[in-house]
Amino acid sequence: MLTKRIIPCLDIRDGETVKGVRFTEIRRAGDPVELARRYAEAGADELVFLDITATVEKRRTLAELVERIARQINIPFTVGGGIQNEADVARLLDAGADKISINSAAVRDPGLIDAFAARFGSQCIVLAVDCKQEGSLSRVYLDGGRRPSERRTQEWVCEAVQRGAGEILLTSMDHDGTKNGFALEISREISESVSVPLIASGGAGTPQHFIEVFSIGKADAALAASVFHFAEIRIPELKMLLHQQQIPVRLTGKDNTHGSGF
Amino acid sequence: MSLIVIKYNAGNIRSVLIALERLGVTAQISDDPGRIRAAEKVIFPGVGEASSAMRYLREKKLDTLIFALKQPVLGICLGLQLMCAHSEEGDTQCLNVFSTRVRRFPPEQKVPHMGWNAIHGLRGPLFKGIPENAWCYFVHSYAAECCAEQTAQTEYIFSFAAALQKDNFFALQFHPEKSGDTGQRILRNFLELPPIQEGWHS
Repeated sequence: MLTKRIIPCLDIRDGETVKGVRFTEIRRAGDPVELARRYAEAGADELVFLDITATVEKRRTLAELVERIARQINIPFTVGGGIQNEADVARLLDAGADKISINSAAVRDPGLIDAFAARFGSQCIVLAVDCKQEGSLSRVYLDGGRRPSERRTQEWVCEAVQRGAGEILLTSMDHDGTKNGFALEISREISESVSVPLIASGGAGTPQHFIEVFSIGKADAALAASVFHFAEIRIPELKMLLHQQQIPVRLTGKDNTHGSGF
Repeated sequence: MSLIVIKYNAGNIRSVLIALERLGVTAQISDDPGRIRAAEKVIFPGVGEASSAMRYLREKKLDTLIFALKQPVLGICLGLQLMCAHSEEGDTQCLNVFSTRVRRFPPEQKVPHMGWNAIHGLRGPLFKGIPENAWCYFVHSYAAECCAEQTAQTEYIFSFAAALQKDNFFALQFHPEKSGDTGQRILRNFLELPPIQEGWHS
């Protein structure tokens, strides 16, 4: 049976892992390569690395860091942040990334999705969407959540999938950093309206939130950062709990015996 | 050991090379018939679209070459599908190493089948030391029908062949290079196969 995925997200700035609270204040949480290795050992199903400053400061994600990560871990990982063109994608895939994620650049030029999918295949194109609720409307935001766009979340995601996005990473800005739980309604709405997997992000605070996002939010994967970085939630224990709740997860020997903070 | 990863127009093979490096083996990438024939072992990777990949292989005359190889050959993902008789993707006649056919997943659940799933009914030397229902990482929209040549099976929408073997030809639908310690062990089992056929069945 296909399992639900647990995905730690490592926000990167200047080669170090950071985590923004509501996308503004930033706390350090360690060396990304070391964190990646420990997460893989603890039973993380996949990893996401986002160069959070790349779009704003027009800096490219560091391919050297990606290469170091690829040599260290044997599970899939996605790299995003500031990707503008095919050369950026080729450089990251060549450095060893399995997937890339695009966000603001795709909203500004949706044809990028078609071009990336045609050249590299949909399976490695993740569309990242930062969304914010405005009454009953969910709006797409740009540049790390700094600027509202003209697009509604639902229609943008459907268009992107038609153009060739292979997976959706949906971050609720209303929930991100609050630790009050995932945005279940929009997660479910998006997951049920597209054929590709949905990764829900933003708001994880307790193991119960993961149960909810899989059972009520219909997410295929759940992404979180600080609760994992600061060992507030340990992946082996989280997966055991999900398993006990009849949510299919990948349990490994290490999941059952690993005793560290990860 | 000389290990060749066949170069063709099918996607990202970088992670396969890195996974082999983690096992201490530096593979060469090549589409040169002489070098492929002379290699001790051959890996046939691939992510992409079946009909364009087959067209490329035929143009380069790699189709007949692969079919005739005598050393251990490992197809991965699209590599497995191209080693079957036929794929529904682009209604493509494939290499016919394995007699089974490749079908598209009907859209009853999400397609592609992406993520970790269990493999069972394991047999053959690649799965030495791998427990039943071990977890492997899959990303694919097409899958080979179950058949006598399968050496592992997985369930998603329908039951399909997660691994195949016939003589010196081995193939995996999942990505061993991304399947954690399980995948690493499967790759190591391939690298440790003896070069003669008798050894593969012991």
